[in-house]
Amino acid sequence: MVKDQEFLKSKASYCLDLAKKMGATDASVTVGHSISETVNFRNKSLEASDRSDGLALSIETYLGKRRSSISSSNLLDENIKTLIEKCFETTKITPEDEFNSLPDKNLLAKQISSLNLYDETRFENDKKIKYLKDLEESASSDNQIINTESSFTENKSNFILANSDSFCGGYKTSSFTASCVTVAKDEKSMERDYEFSSKRHLSDIKQATDLGNKAAKQTIRKLSPKKIGSEKISIIFDKRISKIMLSEFASAISASAIARGTSFLKDKIDQQVFANSINVIDKPDIIKGMGSQSFDSEGVNSNTLKLIENGILKNYLVDTYNGKKLNLKSNGRSGGTTNLYFENGNISYEDLMSKNSRSLYITETIGHGSNLVTGDYSVGANGFLVEDGEFKYPVNEITIAGNFKDMFKNIILANDLEFEYSVNSPTMMIEGMTVAGK
Amino acid sequence: MSNFFNKSDLTRQDADKIVSETLNNCDDGELYLEESKSESILLDDNKIKSSNYSSDLGFGFRAISNEVVAYSYSNEISKDSLKNSSENLKSTLKSIKGTYNHQIPKSNKKFYKDINPIEQKTLDSKLEVLNKVNDFLRKKDGSVKQVTASFAGEQKSIEIIRSGGEALTDVRPLIRFNVSVMLEKNGRKETGVYGIGGRQSYDDYLKNDNWKTVCEEAFRIASVNLESKPAPAGEMKVVLGPGWPAILIHEAIGHGLEGDFNRKKTSAFHDLMGKKVASEGVTIVDDGTIDNKRGSLTIDDEGTPTERTVLIENGILKNFMQDRHNARLMNTRSTGSGRRENYRHIVLPRMRNTMMLSGNQTQDEMIKSVDKGIFAVSFGGGQVDITSGKFVFNCTEAYEINNGKIGSPIKGATLIGDGPSILKEVSMVGNDMMLDPGIGTCGKAGQGVPVGVAQPSILIDKMTVGGTKL
Repeated sequence: MVKDQEFLKSKASYCLDLAKKMGATDASVTVGHSISETVNFRNKSLEASDRSDGLALSIETYLGKRRSSISSSNLLDENIKTLIEKCFETTKITPEDEFNSLPDKNLLAKQISSLNLYDETRFENDKKIKYLKDLEESASSDNQIINTESSFTENKSNFILANSDSFCGGYKTSSFTASCVTVAKDEKSMERDYEFSSKRHLSDIKQATDLGNKAAKQTIRKLSPKKIGSEKISIIFDKRISKIMLSEFASAISASAIARGTSFLKDKIDQQVFANSINVIDKPDIIKGMGSQSFDSEGVNSNTLKLIENGILKNYLVDTYNGKKLNLKSNGRSGGTTNLYFENGNISYEDLMSKNSRSLYITETIGHGSNLVTGDYSVGANGFLVEDGEFKYPVNEITIAGNFKDMFKNIILANDLEFEYSVNSPTMMIEGMTVAGK
Repeated sequence: MSNFFNKSDLTRQDADKIVSETLNNCDDGELYLEESKSESILLDDNKIKSSNYSSDLGFGFRAISNEVVAYSYSNEISKDSLKNSSENLKSTLKSIKGTYNHQIPKSNKKFYKDINPIEQKTLDSKLEVLNKVNDFLRKKDGSVKQVTASFAGEQKSIEIIRSGGEALTDVRPLIRFNVSVMLEKNGRKETGVYGIGGRQSYDDYLKNDNWKTVCEEAFRIASVNLESKPAPAGEMKVVLGPGWPAILIHEAIGHGLEGDFNRKKTSAFHDLMGKKVASEGVTIVDDGTIDNKRGSLTIDDEGTPTERTVLIENGILKNFMQDRHNARLMNTRSTGSGRRENYRHIVLPRMRNTMMLSGNQTQDEMIKSVDKGIFAVSFGGGQVDITSGKFVFNCTEAYEINNGKIGSPIKGATLIGDGPSILKEVSMVGNDMMLDPGIGTCGKAGQGVPVGVAQPSILIDKMTVGGTKL
C-alpha cells in the first residue's frame, strides 16, 4: 500500500520545523511515495517481473535570498536531520540571488480539485500475465513477426508538498501502462515498431488484442523500406511526431529559456509565430488527464492557458524564480506543461493526405536534432511515401531538416485530435521541408 | 566503504540467510546494496543558480531462473523489507527451478581510488572556480551573452551478496565539469559546449587553471558556429575527427553488439558472428580497464571484473558484450559488461569505453582525398534503432570540404547511416587515436550510465548528411 497523507505530512512538518529551528528563514519540502509493479513478456512467455517501492524527499532551505537544496530516499529521522544540517550549512555560503523566494502567497492553490486521478483497483500480477498473453497472441499472429516484447506496469503514488508559508497539499495518483514492441522480418529487412496505452484508470486501458494487432500491423508495413532522393517535399507528421513538435515549442517558451535568452521565441509575445489558424492550449483540469494537476511543483494554482491564439504567442510557461526575473507572475507552470494540445484544424485526415499528389508521411524520428537557441531542426526519420492519398512504400535512412520559425508558420492541422497522452496533436502537414536521402 | 548492516535491524547473517534461501533453486541472482552521495552546483546567468546535495540508499534483489528475471527493490534496508522482496521474487519464479552458478571470476586490479570527490574540495573553492569561469568568459569577448558552468560529483559504494554469502564490493568516484557559452553577433546566436570528467578527484582536473582550457574550447566552438552556413543535404564523403566523434562507433556498432539484443535476435548483427562487418584495418574494443576513465569499472554491477573485450578485429566480428544472464543463455561467459544505473534498475549488458584503434594514415591525407564532403569535429547526441540498424548523430562543429580543402563551417546537421554497413565504408583509418574528454552518458531502456569512447580520424566513403541545402 502506498503511504497515506498523514505519514507524508508528518515527515514534511518534521522537516519544516527542523529547518526553521536551525535558522532557515523559509523552507519548502516534497515527500513522495511510489509503488510500481511491472510484468514483462517476450514471445508469449513470462520474461521478468519488477517491483519497486520508493520514498523520496527533497528540501529547499532559504536564508533570506540564499537558497540550496537536498534530496534523499532515506526517510529515517536521524538521516533527515543530518541532511537538513548539511543543506542549511550550504545555504549559508551560497551567494544571494535577488530572485530566490517561495511563491507569492496569494498565488498558492486554495483547494485540491477533484480530477479523478487515482484508481485504487489492484491489478494482480496474474491478471497482468493474462492481459499480456492475449496481447502477444494477437501481436504474433502474422508469421512475419519474429519477436514480441510487452509489459504491463501498475503505479500508485502519493505526495505532499509543504512550505513555511503554511501551504500543505498533495494527493494520490495512479497510472496503468501497457506496451508492446514487435519485430518483423522479411528477406530484405528487419524492422521494429510499437504501440502503448497509458491511463489513470485501469478500465480505460486499450484492449489487449487491439494493442497487439496495432503494433504488429505498424511493424509489418515498414518491411523492405527504400531510401529516396534528396528533395524539397511536403511532410505529413503522424500524431506520434506532431506531438513532439508541440513539446519542442513548450521547451522554447519556458520562462527559464526566455530569461536566459536561449530561445528562438524570446521577445515574441503578441507576435505571430504560427500560421494564423493555429491555437495551442494547456489545460490542467482534464478529468483523469495524464498531465492533470491541482497545482504546480511549487504549490501555485494552475489555470487553463491559451499559449497560442490564432497563431499569436500569448503566454510563456512561468515559474516563480524566472517569473521574478522577467517581471511576470507565475502561471503555475513550474515543472512545465500539464495537458498540452493543438486545437483541431479544419481539414480531414483524408484531405490532408491527398492535399499534394506526392508527400512523405513520417512515423518515427531519431536523434536529438532540435536547437532551441536558433530554431534549427534536423533529425533522422522513417515513414512512407504517399501518392494520391495512399501509402506507396516504406522509406528509411533519410533526414528531414528546417527551422522551427519557418516550420511553425507553415503548419496545417487535420481535425483528428484525441486525448490519449499528456501532449496531444492532430496529424500535421508542413509543406516544403528538405529531405536528405540518396 | 559503506557498511550496509549498521543502518537498521538487518544483520549480515540475516541477509546471507535470506539471499541463500531465496536463490537456492534459481540459476543466478544476487542482493545488490548501494549507497550514493552526489552534488551538483550550477552557475548560470551570472549567478550560482543551484547547489544540490543528494544521498540515496537502497537494495535491489534479483532472482533468475531459465529466461525469467524477477526483480524487487526498496530504499528501506531492513529485515522486513528484504523478506517482502524475497516473497515477491519467489512468487514470480514459483514454478521454475534452476541450479545456482556459484562461479564468479576474481581480480585484484583496481582502476580508480576509493575517494569521495565531494568531500575532497570545499564548496567555497568550487563556487570560486565557477565564478572565475563566468568572469573569464564574459571579459574575453563582448559577444558572450550567456555562460553556464557546472560541477557534478558522486561517490557510489556498492556491495553484491551472492547465494552462499560471497560478498563483492566497489567504491566508485565520478566527476564532471562543464561549460556552455552562448554568443550573439549581428542578431545571430550560437552555443558552444565543452566538458571534462572521469573517476577522479576535482583537483586532478582543476590544478594549473586548466578550467581555462575548457572555457576556451567552448568559446571556440560557439565562435565557429557564428560563421556557419546551411549544411548540404545528400550522400557524400565524411571525415570524422579523433576522440568524441567515436559516438558514431557507440551508436552504429556498439549497441548492436550488446548480448541481450543478439540473444533475442533483434539486433541487425545477431547472425554476423565471425563474419566481415568492417573494412580491413578496423579494430574495435570495449575496455573497462583504463585508469580513471568515465566508462571504467573495477567490477561490473554483478561483481564480474571488467576486461578489454575485442568486438571487431581487423574487420571480423569476434565478440558480443555480455552480462551473466545473457551469457548463460547464449552458452558463453560474461565480459564484465553487466551494468545498471542504480539499485532501482535491472542489470543489462552495456558498453564501457568503446574504442576504435589507430591505423596508419593521417587526417591530412583523408581531407586531401575528398572532392566534396564534410569534416565533422564534434557531436551532440546520437541514437540508434538496433533492429533496422539505422543510426544518427548531430554535428555541433563541422566544415565543408571542397577539392581537398577545408571550407566554411556548416550548421549543425544530423548524419544518418546504416550500422551493419557503415564500417565497410571506412576507407582510411588515422594514426591519431584519442579518448573523449569524459562526458558521455549512454541511455538504454530508461537507464543512463557513464561511458567513454575513443577513435582516430576516419574517412567514411558514403553517408547521408541532413542539411537544408540541396
